[in-house]
Amino acid sequence: MVPYTAPRLSASFGALSDPTRRGVLEHLGRADASISELADKFHMTLTGMKKHVGVLELAGLVTTQKVGRVRTCRLHPRGLAEEAAWIEKQRQLWDARFDALNDVVAHLHGKEKADARKK
Amino acid sequence: MHARNKATTVNNPTTGERTSERELVFARTIHGPARLVFEAWAKPELFQRWWAPKSMGMTIPSCEIDVRVGGGYRLLMRHAAFEQPMAFFGRYLELTPNARIVWTNDESPDGPVSTVALEETAGATRVVLRDLYPSKEALDAAIASGSPCGITAETFNQLEELVAALRSNRKC
Repeated sequence: MVPYTAPRLSASFGALSDPTRRGVLEHLGRADASISELADKFHMTLTGMKKHVGVLELAGLVTTQKVGRVRTCRLHPRGLAEEAAWIEKQRQLWDARFDALNDVVAHLHGKEKADARKK
Repeated sequence: MHARNKATTVNNPTTGERTSERELVFARTIHGPARLVFEAWAKPELFQRWWAPKSMGMTIPSCEIDVRVGGGYRLLMRHAAFEQPMAFFGRYLELTPNARIVWTNDESPDGPVSTVALEETAGATRVVLRDLYPSKEALDAAIASGSPCGITAETFNQLEELVAALRSNRKC
């Protein structure tokens, strides 16, 4: 699984900065759609739409599944954003803890070395 | 070796992810041998210097940990966002010196079992923390509650009793 890190959250803001991609999200909010259906709907080439969907997928906003020759796009299940935010909060707590733990261990290590020199 | 520098932190981020329906994993490399990381985890006077990081606005007004199989821990943590201190307690289930500690989180009836594994390579220690919840529903509920550590109303209900116990037997 992809770790929920800060760059991923900023990726979702980047993904939402484009009007076509916002339109795609709105459309997928109503119904799942294949890439070619989305390309038709937004008057784009298949390649152009694939790129947009790729950005949305990377940001964790959309999932796709290929069945036969058709790639179906759907919105990520509701609640995933909350889950990502919660895990990110936990991660930040652990990050701060590990910073402090690193300092404690460095202090112990330094003291140990100083004691060894005294002997 | 002493103060950590920013570049190290950037190149050595703490990762956090949900690895399964029931499990969260957080990991980081700490500079120093595993025996010292273990010591910082097992000695109360060291443990309370890092477990509630000041940078997160947290303090530990009281802490009792007895790191041995069957031993218990009781912590009170204070945070600006909470009027009252929060209580955390549980038991140690497994212990391998300098390598592994497993404990329960009993402040919530559906709390996870936490495992920390230490692995030393070339003077640095990989620290991997796993929170295994009893069920998918338990982890989903912790997420839905939105609280930073799976804290529930239960925590506060048991607080009075805990504070009384700590008052009569405060060690650190």
